[in-house]
Amino acid sequence: MYTQALNTGEADDRGLEDAARAAQFQARVDAEERIEPNDWMPAAYRKTLTRQISQHAHSEIVGMLPEGNWITRAPTLRRKAALLAKVQDECGHGLYLYAAAETLGSSREELVDAMLAGKAKYSSIFNYPTLTWADIGTIGWLVDGAAIMNQIPLCRCSYGPYARAMIRVCKEESFHQRQGYEIMLTLCRGSEEQKAMAQDALNRWWWPVLMMFGPPDGVSQHSDTSTKWKIKRFSNDELRQKFVDATVPQAQYLGLTIPDPGMTQDADGHWRYSEIDWTEFKQVLAGNGPCNRDRIAARRKAHDEGAWVREAAAAYAAKRQHRQTAQAAE
Amino acid sequence: MATPNTPLWEVFIRSRNGLAHKHVGSLHASDATMALQAARDIYTRRGEGLSIWVVPSTAITASDPAEKGMMFEPAESKIYRHPTFYEVPEEVGHM
Amino acid sequence: MPVANIQISETPLVLYTLRRADDALILGHRLPEWCGHAPMLEEDMALSNIALDLIGQARELYSYAAKVEGRDNDEDKFAYLRDVRQYRNLLLVEQPNGDFAQTLVRQFFYSAFADLYWRAMMGSRDATLAAIAAKSEKESAYHLRHSSEWIIRLGDGTEESHARAQGAVDHLWAFTGEMFAVDDSERGLIDAGAAVDPASLRDRWLKTVTGVISEATLTLPQNNWMQQGGRAGRHSEHLGHLLSELQSMQRTFPGLTW
Repeated sequence: MYTQALNTGEADDRGLEDAARAAQFQARVDAEERIEPNDWMPAAYRKTLTRQISQHAHSEIVGMLPEGNWITRAPTLRRKAALLAKVQDECGHGLYLYAAAETLGSSREELVDAMLAGKAKYSSIFNYPTLTWADIGTIGWLVDGAAIMNQIPLCRCSYGPYARAMIRVCKEESFHQRQGYEIMLTLCRGSEEQKAMAQDALNRWWWPVLMMFGPPDGVSQHSDTSTKWKIKRFSNDELRQKFVDATVPQAQYLGLTIPDPGMTQDADGHWRYSEIDWTEFKQVLAGNGPCNRDRIAARRKAHDEGAWVREAAAAYAAKRQHRQTAQAAE
Repeated sequence: MATPNTPLWEVFIRSRNGLAHKHVGSLHASDATMALQAARDIYTRRGEGLSIWVVPSTAITASDPAEKGMMFEPAESKIYRHPTFYEVPEEVGHM
Repeated sequence: MPVANIQISETPLVLYTLRRADDALILGHRLPEWCGHAPMLEEDMALSNIALDLIGQARELYSYAAKVEGRDNDEDKFAYLRDVRQYRNLLLVEQPNGDFAQTLVRQFFYSAFADLYWRAMMGSRDATLAAIAAKSEKESAYHLRHSSEWIIRLGDGTEESHARAQGAVDHLWAFTGEMFAVDDSERGLIDAGAAVDPASLRDRWLKTVTGVISEATLTLPQNNWMQQGGRAGRHSEHLGHLLSELQSMQRTFPGLTW
């Protein structure tokens, strides 16, 4: 439980932030102790985590859009229910994550406003469009697969509320990747047209999914301190390699070809992929992906058009409280 | 314009009868009724709960971690509160 | 290759079951149109939960209709391979989401009925329908509570929310009468104790609705002319668009497994 009141924020901390406290903090982190919301923490730790957790939350919420695009068109009722449950889970995960971020002292509203104003980022993968039903399978299989790779180490993150949120998320997400792979398997065992649909989706999603792990080690901005603070436990390239090694046999089982003719298996069994096109990554991050504008516009529209509903709920709550106070006074 | 804040609530769930309510997370809602409904929809989707408490986050008074020493360390030395502090001959049996 | 609509042997029990299944499916299809776009994340969660309940009800009812019918139809054929004239849902549930007030008023009118209906159907002489009713009743009871709380907040919230809620009530009221109508094909099932007479639920429905509406400082329209036709496949123009989206995959790629 994280009362906002106790999170007095950076202003008060700054005066006390001396070398001794920082050393004590680092010693706790090194000893694998969990940091809790009201504990003293370096201002930069608070800032880094607020940024990372809120970006993670935004990603879950924006991530509802590409898949939500297919709920009304899912090809069977079983698929429709599973997809709706999955997209709903993503909303839930966004909520858990916003709650974790709020323990650091920023309100959800502030965090969301920053995202809607284009000041906060979310995962670039959601700026690609879902064109066919096979995209839904591919997202579950690869995007959720990559997310799980990223998220499992976060269950041991030094910040308690983030780690706890991730444990819950990982537990719930175990069905997401399976439902995606099952969709792919059904397509690959189906007609030629379905197989081609599956291959086409893999072709379009493969490289963007590899980019999900972030820039290559050495270029990554935040890795060093994040590692020191035990927010991050594996490097981008380590996780990317782990993902590729896990995915190649899954693609082989489906009979699909990974769209990387240069890919080879080395002596240690690792699948070595070709150079990633980081120009595309940078462009998408900069707002020039195929769907960046649509995604933000959709979230803004929901936010703006929902304002009167939130105002109504707040007005009613105020009236009710007023009535109760008046009654008590009688 | 900044979006006005909707009150924050802490959610506690009893997963099985016989167990205590446990903190599971928080949510935003305009009033207690809506908070309870939202807690049900967010935190019990997989049958995790039999009973829910929602508490306004502002109603919680928490101990200050800076006072951890004063608050909790004095209890650590009171080993005589624990059963293993006392020796009872084995012949007496389980006690 | 054009995909033909399925043929259905519409015995009274098959038709009766399909009508309820269609109500649940169409409303369960409408609600997730909000998914990712609701006024607050908490309501994304709530509306999705309601939709999942309804889709679940639809699937059970379709499966039962298929079993009673005894041809090779199944839940997906019923959902994906019937056109507008073969759909039997209430006009109320196919009405567009509109704004949040319209969605919640539609839900409230329907859930206030469904709650009473499923509770009464628990006593059906048809064991399968009684079992589906026992599960659906608990779901509908929650849907009713959720939508009632919102009607009260929207009605008694701000000037704007009051106007929107009143507008939604005025607009949707004409679609509520159909819930209580009975035709000849249902009469026999009612007499046999397999179905309940919805007319017998109307007073209690009106009491629930009036209670919430007045707490919400809203009023019910005086005009009691009621639209009908959904049960006989005479729908509003909205349903065709809904079905073209719902059925697009099965119509574009006929006969495949997904």
